[in-house]
Amino acid sequence: MPLHAYLVLAALVFVIGLFGVLTRRNAVGILLGIELMLNAVNINLVAFSRFRADLAGLIFTLFTIAITVAEVAVGLAIVIVIFRVRRTIEADHLDLLRG
Amino acid sequence: MIPAPPVALGALLPALIVFGTGVLVLLLDLVPPRTKDHLGGVALAGIVIALLGSISLWNHETRAFRDMVLLDNYALFFHVVICYAAALAVLLSIDYLRRNGVESGEYYALLLFSTAGMMLLASAGDLLIVFLGIELMSLSLYVLAGLFKMRLASGEASMKYFLLGAFATGFLLYGIALIYGATGSTNFDRIAAAAAARPRDTLVTIGLGLLLVGFGFKISSVPFHMWAPDVYEGAPTSVTALIATGSKAAAFAALIRVLTVALRAAQPDWSVLLWAVAAVTMTAGNVIAIAQSNLKRMLAYSSIAHVGYMLVGLVAGGVPGAGAVLFYLLAYTFTTAGAFGAILLVERSDGEAVEVGDYAGLARRHPVLAATLGLFLLSLVGIPPLAGFVGKFYLFGSAVRAGYLWLTVIGVLNSAIAAYYYLRVIVYMYMREPEGVEVRLVPSFAGGVALAIALVGIVLLGVMPAPFADLAQVAVAPLLR
Repeated sequence: MPLHAYLVLAALVFVIGLFGVLTRRNAVGILLGIELMLNAVNINLVAFSRFRADLAGLIFTLFTIAITVAEVAVGLAIVIVIFRVRRTIEADHLDLLRG
Repeated sequence: MIPAPPVALGALLPALIVFGTGVLVLLLDLVPPRTKDHLGGVALAGIVIALLGSISLWNHETRAFRDMVLLDNYALFFHVVICYAAALAVLLSIDYLRRNGVESGEYYALLLFSTAGMMLLASAGDLLIVFLGIELMSLSLYVLAGLFKMRLASGEASMKYFLLGAFATGFLLYGIALIYGATGSTNFDRIAAAAAARPRDTLVTIGLGLLLVGFGFKISSVPFHMWAPDVYEGAPTSVTALIATGSKAAAFAALIRVLTVALRAAQPDWSVLLWAVAAVTMTAGNVIAIAQSNLKRMLAYSSIAHVGYMLVGLVAGGVPGAGAVLFYLLAYTFTTAGAFGAILLVERSDGEAVEVGDYAGLARRHPVLAATLGLFLLSLVGIPPLAGFVGKFYLFGSAVRAGYLWLTVIGVLNSAIAAYYYLRVIVYMYMREPEGVEVRLVPSFAGGVALAIALVGIVLLGVMPAPFADLAQVAVAPLLR
């Protein structure tokens, strides 16, 4: 497959993730959208790495995967803290701070 | 095969000292005594050692990990700014945490980890390190913002900060991936060489745009600023001070280096883009700040406006422009950390005093604190002889010399708008009768020390700015060769 096929795939995954972030009202749903966006980046990096025969992209991908996991762990912890206090994780209900 | 690079930890030394102190604080948290009073002192000691180390390394440039980490004067300048921001945040935290019953070892550990991330960001010579630094900094700050677990606003601030921060990371990474694809490298120097060989590459341009979206969130420039007021208001005030100063300085450090070193060939593109962003950011920040009655929120919009001013320097470019941004960041760090620190020391019987009305008549009962807060606000307005004035003078001066007259006009008009809402607080403190709930000054030795340091900083920078401005120019000069 040519390089641009991978790039189009990555762009599609990124846009689907973006759509999810912008339309989901549930914090976990938004988090899943963000995950899709980050995984689109991984597809890009691996594809570039493969077609340029350069390992740096693959190594970068390892870092993104590891850090994304840490990010999700922190994110879910925050979701749990909020749920304990408020009994909701709907983004629309988090409207104390505004102005 | 990739040859294993020699491990030269020396280039990471200041960041490692801070990181090591964070680990030490976590360990000390587990052993007696049960009180946590000493942990703040340990954290402060670590930051001060890193600060002194950074100063002593001045002019000793070190590159390590195949140029991924650069400990040059530019990085060291930012190390000093970041260490000051972190030290002020720790000093402000010590009594504040006790007062709110959330004393814990992990608070100081997270604060130190995030500081280490900021320092890593300042010495990044590779997009991979930029990514690592941003994440180390941000992940710790997301948790710190939600420190008051039982307060609704704190959790909400944490959640908003996290979701928008992670969202921004997605854009940043996508931009990095495209630039890597176009140039075949993530190293700044090699990107610059590849981009110069093939100017106006579409992939690089798109990558640049996405990178700017990611950085725009981190420095809170319009239109990616909407998280800042909510997070600044909801987060514990000591954490707000760190988010407003240290994290912004670190993001600017990486942004300036990426733009002026790696993407130098695309300067016509990004300077046009940043021109518009700077104008909109200044104006939106100042205009919305007028309508705020919550002081923390007002300072959040004011900090957005200040990002706009700093972008003016980046648009002006060259050593004077970039040097002015560095100087402004130093001045801004002292001023903003001081302003948040002063707010943190005022308390109502039912919580924190953050409404403008709470400050009515403050000068009569607490003249010293009112005068201190007044001076920080005057520095934010840009009244001579305080740091804010000199900083703005350098920024707008560099813009005029580079021929950006309209941008300077917008900037100066904005400073006039800004005077209104800063001076309103001073009018409340000095010319109004106390109203409503009684406010009191919280006695705090550490907090007083923090305010004194910040105050000395803004006066010193305002009265004799030349040596510091020279240091800033020396720091940026090698980047722009």
